[in-house]
Amino acid sequence: MIPKEPLPSTDSSHETFVLNIGPQHPATHGVLRVKVKMEGEYVLRAEPVVGYIHRMQEKMGENRTYNQFLPNTSRMDYLSALIYSHAFVGAVERGLKLQVPPRAEYIRVITSELNRISSHLVWWGAFLLDLGGFTPMLYAFDDREKILDLLEAITGSRLTYSYFRIGGLCNDVDDEFVSGARAFVKHMRPRLKMYRALVTDNIILRKRLEGIGPIDAEMCRKYGATGQVIRAAGVPYDVRRAEPYSVYPEMDFVVPTCKEGDSMSRYIVHMEELAQSLRIIEQGLDKLPSGPVMAEKVPRVIKLPAGDYCHAVEAARGRFLVRITSDGKDFPYRVKLRTPCLSNLSLFEEASRGMLLADALALMGSLDLVIPDIDR
Amino acid sequence: MSLPEPFRLAAFVLGILSFVGLNAAYLVWVEPNGAGRFQRRPGPTEAGPAGLLQPIADALKLMSKQLIVPPGVDATLFRTAPVLVMIPALVGLAVIPFSEKLVALDVNFGLLLVFALGSINVIAVMLAAWSSRNKYAIIAAARVVSQNIAYEIPMLLVVITVILSSGTLNLNEIVRQQEGWFWNWNAFKVWVNPLAPFTFLIFFTCMLAETNRAPFDMAEAESELVAGAYTEYSSMGFGVFFMAEYANILLGCAIGTVLFLGGWQSPIGMFSGAIWFLLKMYFLVFTVVWIRWTFPRTQFYGLLNLSWKILIPVSLFTLLLSSAMLKLL
Repeated sequence: MIPKEPLPSTDSSHETFVLNIGPQHPATHGVLRVKVKMEGEYVLRAEPVVGYIHRMQEKMGENRTYNQFLPNTSRMDYLSALIYSHAFVGAVERGLKLQVPPRAEYIRVITSELNRISSHLVWWGAFLLDLGGFTPMLYAFDDREKILDLLEAITGSRLTYSYFRIGGLCNDVDDEFVSGARAFVKHMRPRLKMYRALVTDNIILRKRLEGIGPIDAEMCRKYGATGQVIRAAGVPYDVRRAEPYSVYPEMDFVVPTCKEGDSMSRYIVHMEELAQSLRIIEQGLDKLPSGPVMAEKVPRVIKLPAGDYCHAVEAARGRFLVRITSDGKDFPYRVKLRTPCLSNLSLFEEASRGMLLADALALMGSLDLVIPDIDR
Repeated sequence: MSLPEPFRLAAFVLGILSFVGLNAAYLVWVEPNGAGRFQRRPGPTEAGPAGLLQPIADALKLMSKQLIVPPGVDATLFRTAPVLVMIPALVGLAVIPFSEKLVALDVNFGLLLVFALGSINVIAVMLAAWSSRNKYAIIAAARVVSQNIAYEIPMLLVVITVILSSGTLNLNEIVRQQEGWFWNWNAFKVWVNPLAPFTFLIFFTCMLAETNRAPFDMAEAESELVAGAYTEYSSMGFGVFFMAEYANILLGCAIGTVLFLGGWQSPIGMFSGAIWFLLKMYFLVFTVVWIRWTFPRTQFYGLLNLSWKILIPVSLFTLLLSSAMLKLL
């Protein structure tokens, strides 16, 4: 059904034109611009143009203290802000050789997974919106609202949390949060079943996604794509398993993978991860120890000993890595942020070659891009 | 009730205009309200009681906007297109029998007239897109044409099966033949055409595609083509397209009711009248809204495959079957 090797390239009898999708276009969900050379409805070459919301996050890291830079980490992938903070505080803690109390680590994992669910729900709604299904968006936001309420109660904000501190957490969670999170897990499981019946098994959706935009493991390696993109290509690469951090080694969960690597596989991997995150939250709540949430002896002025410190996390969209190079001063010498979306976007040009415009946009939606994360 | 001829016609013109106007306006209210219910949110509530004045507020807002004719467009065609898209829907309603007496033009070729006028719709949307000189609009124009050609064929084929069994093009006559209990409606007359329910489903699917409604809204696929054929339209230019979409849905559902669901006949064989016609028609309209807010959009080649590989063969087969049945019985 999908045209294999379409179209012709240089023959001058064919008319081609350039379509500028974005920076303001309903399908790009942000200020991404894609210059598409098209022939009729077929994409000959799609060239992403990034940088419309570049904020020099890495440079900002070099001219402020570690604590001052911490809020910036919530503003790259604003949909999974907590997970990004985790990487940064993790790198600094490695440098300071701080022992984070177990309660803090458990709460970090629980809140990160809640954040991952809320992020996946936004993706799910927006992706369906790309495909012309309006209603799932509202259902997704309905569920996401419950997470935001929970996180707001403990962090004080709803999107850019900055809840993690170097050495622990800003504050402890109360019993209300624990019971609320349990109630959410209970609420979410039947909802996932309903989403499956209503959307995932819908024949229109399946026809729309199956076989569209196959991305194999080779291409993922070439471009450094991680997250759902590589897992949908059959590689069980998940930072939580590959480079275990925090208390993830104590959690029992599987890394969902698919074989086909098409848009449907990426969709299924996303949906499966929702269920796995619920499992992790449940285990975390069961095992939640008591105790302090802040390490003792966190220096007031943080100065990392000279050297390189890395910490990678499995963000909602793939591998996020913070690398801090320190020369022993109170400002980092260099902060390198490796974000997943840039790599995931860079394979778009190769993957979308020869596709129909509508399919190419479905492929772009399935890559789960967050534009400030690309530009950072 | 019978008025002398010129007055009767004038009354009907006025009646149809206000019927379409009010319906189109209030379908614009029904749509977000229905959508709200499907999406667990209240929908419009602020303007007037239960948001009932919302369509009027929308219309006022649209009318107060500047009608922009971008430089470089073919201004004549650009301005003509909204008019062209509205007229067929209005004229088509003239032959629809709302009840046995309540019909503006009780002509013998009513069905033919409706479908002949209906095809103007495609040209109008294509003109709008073509004259806009916008890349998105031109892609949409190409889609509209191929989509409408693909769906007009199975639609006419299933309509022919109805014509075969009823032997007339007069809509009122077609309704009269469906008298009695609801199993006498064309959609359930399995002894005349064993696949009758399927013909109705094919008709309904094609009607959705013809009116460019979800899940076949290729012409206006906003996540791909911004606003498709209507990208460059502003103010009431856009408003007229919007109203014409609802007028066309109304017309499509009215034809579906007349041809397949017994028009003004009541389902229990007595108390027939306009009320039954309206009930059935609005039920179909509600289904259209329901489908839109439930399904994602189909893929374009999936849409064409559905028509050429499934709908057309099936409708040809029903045609064959019902002609054979007619010959045998």
